[in-house]
Amino acid sequence: MASLAWRNLFHDRVRLVVTLVGIVFSVVLTSVQFGLFLGFVRATADLIDRSGADLWILSRGVVNLENGIPFTERKYHQALGVDGVAEARRLTINFSTWKKPNGSDESILLMGVEPEGGLGIPWNLVAGRVEDLRQPDAVIIDELYKEKLGVTELGQVFEIQGRRARVVGMTRGIRIFTTSPAVFTTIDRARQYFGLPRDQTIYVLIRLAAGADPEEVRQSLQSRLSYVEVLTTAAFARKQAFYWMFETGAGVSVLIAALLGLVVGVVVVAQTIYASTMDHLREYGTLKAMGASNGYLYGVIIRQALISGAIGYALGILISIIVSETSLSTTTAIILPWWLLLVLFVITQVMCVAASMVSINKVTRLDPAMIFKG
Amino acid sequence: MAVAIEVGGVTKSFGSGDAVVHALVGVDLTVNTGEVLFLMGPSGSGKTTLLSIMGCILRPTGGVVVIGGEEVSRLTEREMPRVRLERIGFIFQGFNLFPALTVQENVELALDLKGVRGGKARHRSRELLERVGLLDKATQWPTNLSGGQKQRVAIARALAGEPAIILADEPTAALDGTTGRAILDLLRELAHERGRSVVIVTHDNRALPYADRIVTIEDGRISNGEGVK
Ligand SMILES: Nc1ncnc2c1ncn2[C@@H]1O[C@H](COP(=O)(O)OP(=O)(O)OP(=O)(O)O)[C@@H](O)[C@H]1O
Ligand SMILES: [Mg+2]
Repeated sequence: MASLAWRNLFHDRVRLVVTLVGIVFSVVLTSVQFGLFLGFVRATADLIDRSGADLWILSRGVVNLENGIPFTERKYHQALGVDGVAEARRLTINFSTWKKPNGSDESILLMGVEPEGGLGIPWNLVAGRVEDLRQPDAVIIDELYKEKLGVTELGQVFEIQGRRARVVGMTRGIRIFTTSPAVFTTIDRARQYFGLPRDQTIYVLIRLAAGADPEEVRQSLQSRLSYVEVLTTAAFARKQAFYWMFETGAGVSVLIAALLGLVVGVVVVAQTIYASTMDHLREYGTLKAMGASNGYLYGVIIRQALISGAIGYALGILISIIVSETSLSTTTAIILPWWLLLVLFVITQVMCVAASMVSINKVTRLDPAMIFKG
Repeated sequence: MAVAIEVGGVTKSFGSGDAVVHALVGVDLTVNTGEVLFLMGPSGSGKTTLLSIMGCILRPTGGVVVIGGEEVSRLTEREMPRVRLERIGFIFQGFNLFPALTVQENVELALDLKGVRGGKARHRSRELLERVGLLDKATQWPTNLSGGQKQRVAIARALAGEPAIILADEPTAALDGTTGRAILDLLRELAHERGRSVVIVTHDNRALPYADRIVTIEDGRISNGEGVK
């Protein structure tokens, strides 16, 4: 026999639809907001995570990637001499201005890299090569920001800080959390653009020798180099994400929206399950008269909640996955890892069961005398 | 004659303070095995309240209720469902079928409460429907049945647990005369041929010929002693 829970649920089609719309709305809102948060985190930290470096050397007091403080290259040379360091590369990062031929400006994040190295360089190139950066005035941009930067084809010439910049390559999927897209050039030209002395850098990126212990090398670098901080890539990425998400508050609103989604879900589900329970009160009373324990009645109500939750979740996640797929071609990625989907499934079910508690309370206190009324 | 239900000095009050209602003020009553007992009386006299107490749905404020040798008036709220499940079958004026379940599933639900499931429940529910003459309606929805048919499904459902006692509150009030008589016939047959005790609350004088015994209740007390027809 099909369970009473199942049958009651599908008997009130309209109510089921309302319930599902509520759950779907909640699941979509919550998953998209969390996915957005994860997308933000990745966008803030991708330049660090994908740098290829194991360790980062930065000035003390730097709290985020975009606002580094220059230090002398002597530390770079010193670092090269430390055991366990296989490769060291310099990197400068500055906010800068990109001037389009029509005269309008865009803010950019100018990345001065060593094109001959393997650290800090652009990745995922779909046009041109990293070595092309050695050509005069060469820059590489990401295709996500083509329109923003006014780029339609390779070879086009723009201006950065009043100097020529020629697009020689394009990457795919280097998203930046701020509105300033990354533009890669050589560290030498970046220093010229900014008037940074030739013996200054903003970061030094370290790749470890095979088998070297990251923490050991980090400590020996830290003890040998004064006035700088040495962080593992993971630690710097965390620091960077934390800065943008929580210190600027940018991530908080997204998380609040996600929580709001949960609240909406609980309220809608509580409402519809409560309304359904009220409609079926006579049946619950009859069940009681027939000898059903309170536990049996809870089972019926909770099963209704769980079934609605599971269906609503499946539909909601389907929509979210489509939204997420679509977002991947835009500058704002919504990332839905499997663990998030799992957590959301549990949250949805807990939410639905919690929402049915009001109804359970109602059934517990059900006055059985009502069943005798005509 | 064996005793199915023994009610002694039962009182029931609702509410408290100034708003207290004394629905029953000392009821003594014995229901015998295999008899059809009618409970009659004006509106508000306490018939439903008494039926609920005999059916372990309400606990009496005072007095003793013994069902099948068990003093059920001493049971806690948690223990009462078990007595209902094992000993009592209810029949309601409004039938109280489950509209989202088919006729057969309505009966199977009662079996489910008893722990009877699967093929056994299907077989048993069809047997019960056959007994009330509705096997051909097994797959119908309750809304597609007439009032008399609904009440017969309700009777099949009440019989699912093989209860010794059947308590019916105005079972024919929503039915026309002929249909009502058919239902009363069925209930009487259950008492006389299957040895169940049937207590029927009714206003309907046309039903009187079906009673083995009539008890009248007024203002919360039995007013005609334990008159035998
Ligand atoms: N839950 C309750 N709370 C308060 N008063 C109640 C409650 N149930 C019944 N009463 C009161 O107890 C008295 C007896 O009610 P009961 O329903 O037993 O009467 P009845 O004989 O079944 O009447 P009717 O023929 O109208 O069904 C009435 O005065 C009624 O208002
Ligand atoms: Mg009544």
